Amino acid sequence: MKTETDPTLPAVLKHELNRRDFLRISGLAGGGFAIAFYLPGAAFGEVAPALDDTAKAFTPNAFIRITPDNVVTIVAKNPEMGQGVKTSLPMIVAEELGADFSKVKIEQGTLDPQLGPQFAGGSMSTPMNYEPLRRAGAVARTLLVQAAATTWGVPVAECEVEHGSVIHRPSGRLLTFGELAGKAAALPLPDEKNIELKKSETFHLLGSRVGGIDNPAIVTGQPLFGLDQKIAGMDYAVYVKCPVFGGKVSRANLDEIKSLPGVRDAFVVEGTADYFGLMPGIAIVADSTWSAFKARRALKAEWNEGSAASDSSASYERAATELAAKPGEILQNDGDLDAALAGPVKVVTARYTYPYLYHATLEPMNATARPTGDGGMEIFAPTQTPGDAQEIAAKTLGVSKEKIKIHFTRSGGAFGRRLSNDYVAEVAAIAAKTGRPVKLTTMREDDAQHGHYRSTGWHNLNGAVNSTGELVAWHNHFITIGLNSTDKVGRAADMSAVEFPGRFVPNYRFERSIISTNVPTSWLRAPGSNALAFVFQSFIDELAHAAGQDPLVFRLSLLGPDRKVPGPGKHDRPYDTGRMKGVLKLVAEKSDWEAPLPRGSGRGIAFHFSHLGYVAEVAEVSVSRGGQLKVHRVTVVADVGPIMNLSGAENQVQGSVIDGLSAAWLQEITLDQGRVAQSNFNDYPLLRINNAPAKIDVHFIRSDNPPTGLGEPALPPLPPAVCNAIFAATGHRIRELPLSKTNLSWT
Amino acid sequence: MPHYTLKVNGQSHVVDAPADTPLLWILRDNLELLGTKYGCGLGLCGACTVHFDGVAVRSCQLPVASATGGITTIEGLTSDGSHPLQKAWCEHDVAQCGYCQAGQLMSAAALLKNNPRPSDEDIDGAMAGNICRCGTYLRIRAAIKDAAQAATGGVK
Repeated sequence: MKTETDPTLPAVLKHELNRRDFLRISGLAGGGFAIAFYLPGAAFGEVAPALDDTAKAFTPNAFIRITPDNVVTIVAKNPEMGQGVKTSLPMIVAEELGADFSKVKIEQGTLDPQLGPQFAGGSMSTPMNYEPLRRAGAVARTLLVQAAATTWGVPVAECEVEHGSVIHRPSGRLLTFGELAGKAAALPLPDEKNIELKKSETFHLLGSRVGGIDNPAIVTGQPLFGLDQKIAGMDYAVYVKCPVFGGKVSRANLDEIKSLPGVRDAFVVEGTADYFGLMPGIAIVADSTWSAFKARRALKAEWNEGSAASDSSASYERAATELAAKPGEILQNDGDLDAALAGPVKVVTARYTYPYLYHATLEPMNATARPTGDGGMEIFAPTQTPGDAQEIAAKTLGVSKEKIKIHFTRSGGAFGRRLSNDYVAEVAAIAAKTGRPVKLTTMREDDAQHGHYRSTGWHNLNGAVNSTGELVAWHNHFITIGLNSTDKVGRAADMSAVEFPGRFVPNYRFERSIISTNVPTSWLRAPGSNALAFVFQSFIDELAHAAGQDPLVFRLSLLGPDRKVPGPGKHDRPYDTGRMKGVLKLVAEKSDWEAPLPRGSGRGIAFHFSHLGYVAEVAEVSVSRGGQLKVHRVTVVADVGPIMNLSGAENQVQGSVIDGLSAAWLQEITLDQGRVAQSNFNDYPLLRINNAPAKIDVHFIRSDNPPTGLGEPALPPLPPAVCNAIFAATGHRIRELPLSKTNLSWT
Repeated sequence: MPHYTLKVNGQSHVVDAPADTPLLWILRDNLELLGTKYGCGLGLCGACTVHFDGVAVRSCQLPVASATGGITTIEGLTSDGSHPLQKAWCEHDVAQCGYCQAGQLMSAAALLKNNPRPSDEDIDGAMAGNICRCGTYLRIRAAIKDAAQAATGGVK
């Protein structure tokens, strides 16, 4: 069996891709994708209510508005969570438009069908929006040039756009976009499909370094985030769920809680059985955040915890060991694995495992709601999926979607956690009960213990190299988790049956077994890949050593000649070995791969293809005899096609390196008596500045492939690069994360 | 409820609040100074860092009853972003999500006040109490060094 699409893709993404395909297909039948997507000429409506629509403004589409006072406004369509799209997506529009970006006013859009799919996930903002946003900018530019040419009575071909003006070079005349707005607005819209786009060689904005649009507001502490939203007269609430996922309220000291100072109400919310939606719980509503927090600490609740109260990480570990001894479901079986393993080969056997991880966004889950009096609600939420937020709020309240107005704020980190909208359902349920505006703040401890975690997993591996050092056999029995199921894999807990090195090894078997667990799992930055790259790039390293080959040389041989290997499903992009070898070779060169290092120091190399991006990394580490690890330098080479914002791109890569190191080195969520054992940054540590590498060198191969996203693909190679470096330095092979569990001392 | 007079960013405010209310929540809920952030409530992450009589403190650990000194928040570092650190943060495009950066800036400002030319080790030591979940540490180091040079008029 082969999967049709990458099972690690978030469902929301599949949904949006399908939706986009639908628009495209329906567009072909009925007058153009562009019309379905942009509704040209439509008023800005709620996107920019402050703007005066009567003053001959030029609004060729929902993304651009140019007023006669020469203000160029570009709408940032997608949620900003630190990945930089509030800056980079408007840059795409501005590039084609020819606007002076330093003077452009950027507005955060609200949830609006005119803006197309609006979500932040899957590193899809760039690939999904690059072409449509270029066309949006090009339409506006074409009309402005036409307006200028008509004004001057000159051919369009003699006019060009520069820094927010149209220029007629032969006569030296110039008109600003603002001066042309009225005239451009009166022109008929051209067909977006046939619009001429700029040649990428002429780009001056895309690919340059542009600072984040919100930087001035961030450094002066402006209220940008979800938790900063205020509604006059609002209450402050917390929501307490059963420490064992899915448990129901049995009884609680609600009368005592209601008598506490500042507490306005406390009540049980029955909730649903949706582990990613409105879970049963107790709401405490108070006059301040602190009153709510104090009351939460005083809450004494008894829960109907269910049978999962006896689950623990140890019980899951035992189940994984038992399942590994039995055959799993065989999902891929290429060549003759058994014969290959029995041949004249060196066989390496290893078991790799990684823990549950918590997203640990620094801004905890929160949302603010105001009942609108008609049964609906206005909700301010830091969410990656505002459309889903609207749906879950409507479902919670039993009203139509139209009655829910969603404002998506800047998120204080998201990393996939805010693809879920449980906190939106919770605030809606609370505000519906009280009938008053309310801000829900999740205490850090509740946030940590009610996450939607990166799944744990176990890989039981056999690999074989032949006498010439070729990888000839690969067998993986993958033990993963299901959410209270042994048939259905949990969210973001599956993998493609032919994940690399599948398709590259002649004798290859992938089998899978599922442990039933009671822990909700979900997408964490580079879902699937963030764990799989650790396992496979580490095991490939073991096989390289078994083959007596340099780990770089072994990898290049495994990738083979330059070609495009078909993806796992017919809709998946192929694996371009030339691009991967390109980043590998360059990272070796840039990291001084071959320069010798003393004992106790080492370099490790790893690569991974995910989110359509090709990335290779080399980590250089030292380990003291006592076992103290230091990561000195990380070199990254990425090929994600052209770069949008070079500053933002480098920041994403450096952040991915720190994030990957933080998780691989320090972090695990464990279960005890069905409960998450960790609660805050004391027992779930995040990497601090004193453990950050001195250098993270970032290089981009700016190929002319279609541009793809960079929020995720630079993370997966980091953990194996570090683990392989530790092996080079000390001989310790890390097969279990976090690596802080392994004693790294050496003699 | 007891009254407290707080001096924040040079202005006096009278607030009514329980004595154990952390300064963090007074700033955010009572005074609408929302730049100071909640991250952990235990003094572990540094997102709530403010200056108390010139010293960087975690405002989630300072009860209002004890906050009887001069308090400076991110809004008071300068409201126009003209502090050398605020300028360096923009020049280096430090922020990703930006949530921790007010706390980072307040810790960095306290560092430079006491140590105008900090070494890498000094920076790591002073900034280790501030978590950046997005991982902007290398740019934070670089921005602090640039701001230190700008503030002391030194050359690179």
